[in-house]
Amino acid sequence: MLRKIHDSDLVPYKVIPREDTGLYNAKFGIWLFLASEIMLFGSLFSAYILLRVGSFSWPVQSEYLNVPIGALNSVILLSSSIFFIRAWVALKADDIVKYKKFMWLVIIFAILFLCFKGVEYYQHFSHHEFPKTSVFLALYFLLTGLHALHIIGGIAVNIYYAGPGMYLRAENKQWFINRVEVAGLYWHFVDVVWIFLFSTLYLF
Amino acid sequence: MGGNPNSSHRNSSDLSHHDSFIWKYIFSTDHKTIGIQYLLMSLFFLLFGFFLMLLMRWQLAYPGQPMPFIGKMFGEINMPGGVMLPEFYNQLGAMHGTIMVFLGVVPLGFAAFGNYLVPLQIGAKDMAFPRLNMASVWMFFVAGVMMLLSFFLPGGSAGNGWTSYPPLSDIAHDGQTIWLFAMFIIIISSLLSSVNFIVTIFQLRAPGMTFERLPFFVWAQLVTAFLLLLAFPPLEGAAFLQLFDRLLGSSFFIPSGLFVNGQIANYSGGGNALLWQHLFWFLGHPEVYVIILPPLGIVTEIIACNTRKNISGFDMMRYSVIFLGFLSFIVWSHHTYLTGMGTNITAFFQTTTMIISIPSIIIISALFITLWGGSIRFNTPMLFALAFLPMFGFGGLTGLPLGLAATDIPLHDTYYVIGHFHYVVAPGVILGLFAGIYYWFPKATGRKMNAMLGHLHFWPTLITMNLVFFPMLIQGLMGVNRRMYDGGATYLFAHDVLYWNVIITWAAYVLAIAQFPFIFNFFYSIFNGEKVKSDNPWESATLEWATPTPPPHGNFTHPITVYRDPYSYSLEGAPKDYSPQDQKEI
Repeated sequence: MLRKIHDSDLVPYKVIPREDTGLYNAKFGIWLFLASEIMLFGSLFSAYILLRVGSFSWPVQSEYLNVPIGALNSVILLSSSIFFIRAWVALKADDIVKYKKFMWLVIIFAILFLCFKGVEYYQHFSHHEFPKTSVFLALYFLLTGLHALHIIGGIAVNIYYAGPGMYLRAENKQWFINRVEVAGLYWHFVDVVWIFLFSTLYLF
Repeated sequence: MGGNPNSSHRNSSDLSHHDSFIWKYIFSTDHKTIGIQYLLMSLFFLLFGFFLMLLMRWQLAYPGQPMPFIGKMFGEINMPGGVMLPEFYNQLGAMHGTIMVFLGVVPLGFAAFGNYLVPLQIGAKDMAFPRLNMASVWMFFVAGVMMLLSFFLPGGSAGNGWTSYPPLSDIAHDGQTIWLFAMFIIIISSLLSSVNFIVTIFQLRAPGMTFERLPFFVWAQLVTAFLLLLAFPPLEGAAFLQLFDRLLGSSFFIPSGLFVNGQIANYSGGGNALLWQHLFWFLGHPEVYVIILPPLGIVTEIIACNTRKNISGFDMMRYSVIFLGFLSFIVWSHHTYLTGMGTNITAFFQTTTMIISIPSIIIISALFITLWGGSIRFNTPMLFALAFLPMFGFGGLTGLPLGLAATDIPLHDTYYVIGHFHYVVAPGVILGLFAGIYYWFPKATGRKMNAMLGHLHFWPTLITMNLVFFPMLIQGLMGVNRRMYDGGATYLFAHDVLYWNVIITWAAYVLAIAQFPFIFNFFYSIFNGEKVKSDNPWESATLEWATPTPPPHGNFTHPITVYRDPYSYSLEGAPKDYSPQDQKEI
């Protein structure tokens, strides 16, 4: 068993926001983390722009990619974000049944997203379309793959807070609400990245 | 809650759970222990990276001659008969750069000193996320081990320079893949650290510790953390691209029609090798400031304390460091002048590069002016700090010709570049970091380092560092290329300056010997150094000296409130020549 680390008395503003910054530590931390994520995806998007602008010919992207599935996936991911907000609101209102219901909806929709993504990948592979086929396909696999990794990470966190992590709520309710809020911020970010990916890769 | 129920001090009763060695020193979440872990690891890596360079220097001074004594130890694959093979030379060069920058200087300046000092200087009990902190130090360890073990791969370690330019790095052997994975882990580790630092500095300042009252070291760390946070991810993205190229056969960095060994390579092509250069230097240039800013902060602390006066133009220094942080994101392409960029883009980056020298000069000038009229104490840390100023200034000034596109054309990729940035990093930054070790050693251990050995370390180091790097500037001006395995022997025009190679090499060996007094001093003084008589042996005004020596878990024995500026020395009407920040009356 992991030994309990007793740092809780050493660090203030874990639960209650500090007055002059208006943030508790984790919220500040997640915003900074998301800033670095923007730089990560930003660098890959700029790589996309540079490679596309510099190429002699670029494929018509929508002919390669399955736009209906992409659109469906956008709807799925957007709704999961909405479910997350509803879960958080329910948690704040102390309605645990509702919280759990929406959290599991978030998770199911996220897994659904991955399944559709898998279908798309399968279609590509069966058409012998691989990263080595062309730069566009390599970019497509890299960007959506990295995004899928983010989704998987998010699913792990969300399952933890919907299930085994619930004991944390018994220790400190407000703290648990904060944790879910921070996980939600990450989830919305992953969602926004997909909007950019969908419009850049599927529609342009 | 176990432990002694009579103990009024909460932390000491908490600690009784964790007395075992492993929990106290290995898997510790205490920022001071983590800082020292970083310190020891990065000092090891600095020494190791230096050792790689000493091997290379033999080959440069005596190309093709077997290395005496240790040459045979590296195996027939790397050094048959003690003579270094070019492939091994390339590995040494690439790993020297990588280890020195990513595993040596940055963790030492940012993570080691930052972890130990930032919470102390802002009056916090720990970092904001102690467990993340532990995660980052352990990821750093894993990455370091991966880098070291990559030497034992069948093809050896990565050998494409520390910049890993494709397409060469795309088609290189497996060492490069390990390099990329290790870089991933380093990037994630530094991401965790930088988030932790920023949140700590914003959220955990003691009451009364406004941003105006933060010591300059904390400011430097704050800007550094932002640089790491925002500049490292593009390299992570670039590493993803390169991994795709290497493992999945894509061609992000491979142009159409690439020839390898006289045959057209089997890639789909359509990529752009310059893309890597831009992504790399988007990290690479802020990284320069990541390296420089922590030692600047350290030197500022030491100069303020040892001149017994406030830093002149402290406000200007603060604004300069912020400005410098912003500007460092838009100068990266001065590393790629010779790649055929348009002249307009060149002009833009040349302009920003010239502008960014202004805040650096303001900071250095402020430190020089502070010396004026101070009552200077020439103790060991102050010696190193004083040497830092001209050496760093010299390193900066030699960079100006490289920042101007026209003068960069003849100097590009010559030993002049090597001389320039080593002047910044070695006699500049490393001296600053040594100063910090000598200065805060009494706080961490309760004992001072030996002053005599300090002199024995300082003077030879200063002299030989200049003997190593100044001749490189001369060689570079004569056009000697930086990557030549034989030190330039095959190039006719280099023959006039080749004799410097021998001088540089022997100066480097003396420099290595000059580090022994430091290593001995460091370990000897932990157990046998002169004990300090108070918690504040240098009579400094900043908060880290308001703790017991060494600081316990939780740092401060009483709640801290801050009443004044960090460098409150020789205030009028004060009974002593320093007024600690946490004392209400001066």
